[in-house]
Amino acid sequence: MGKITIEKERCKGCGLCVMYCPKKILALSDKETNGNGYFVLTVVDESGCIGCANCAVMCPDSVITVER
Amino acid sequence: MTVVYKKSGMLTDAPFHYCPGCTHGIAHKLVAEVLEEIGAEGNVVGVAPVGCAVFAYNYFNCDMQEASHGRAPAVATGIKRVRPDTVVFAYQGDGDLASIGMAEIVHAAARGEKITVIFINNAIYGMTGGQMAPTTLEGQKATTCIYGRNPEINGNPIRMCELISTLTGPTYVARAALCDPANVRKAKKMIKTAFEHQLNKKGFSFVELLSACPTNWGMTTEQAVDYVKNDMQSIYPLGVFKEE
Repeated sequence: MGKITIEKERCKGCGLCVMYCPKKILALSDKETNGNGYFVLTVVDESGCIGCANCAVMCPDSVITVER
Repeated sequence: MTVVYKKSGMLTDAPFHYCPGCTHGIAHKLVAEVLEEIGAEGNVVGVAPVGCAVFAYNYFNCDMQEASHGRAPAVATGIKRVRPDTVVFAYQGDGDLASIGMAEIVHAAARGEKITVIFINNAIYGMTGGQMAPTTLEGQKATTCIYGRNPEINGNPIRMCELISTLTGPTYVARAALCDPANVRKAKKMIKTAFEHQLNKKGFSFVELLSACPTNWGMTTEQAVDYVKNDMQSIYPLGVFKEE
């Protein structure tokens, strides 16, 4: 069981985290944007997170904190 | 619950100016995490290049020095010789290191300066808008070779790791790719080994990181990562080229 916290204001919506989530529980929002106008990362199914930290490892902007 | 991954303390709070999907950010945080792990806080000086990473001095939470285009290894040499117990690293892109800075990197390596050089190879000039770099692949399109790089006219790409590893001075030369979590974790191990070579005063250490530039390649993040994985790795094989 894991939990991720996203610092949405810094997210650039590149999707590298979404590509490498083994549980496919991440998605880029199609509604929510941040101050820079990027469609930000959202967690689709919080209960599915295993805390592997693949998303955080791939995030170029270090917006993801992972707890397990 | 315990925190298993968070932003490194060796990075400042300044938001990166890099384009979405650019893997410079991953390279930055790997270097920052390694510096934290080897306990170099407060005793490290980085040298920033000219290129996309020109603002690296704003992002690393340590003393930084900006160098003229391509001269980062020469500046790092000076810092290391004056302060031999300080950890010194240069962070350079391919236009900076393999083109205008070719003499500086080759001679710093040949002299066996006890510095660590992190080389970001994205096969293009990023900051200036996507011109052909010495590392551009055969057939790859850039604004200065719009039909793709033609070896007849433009020559062939330069493999820096192979070149540097033929010299006597370097003790660690390795290449990794920032294309998936497994390879990013391998890259971190290589960066750590490189810094350990410096800490043990063995010699010059060099890590090349194959990096994606979705903006100038004209690709989506996914396509760019695939390009690093398939096309770039066929020309630039991964691995350790020299370890002494």
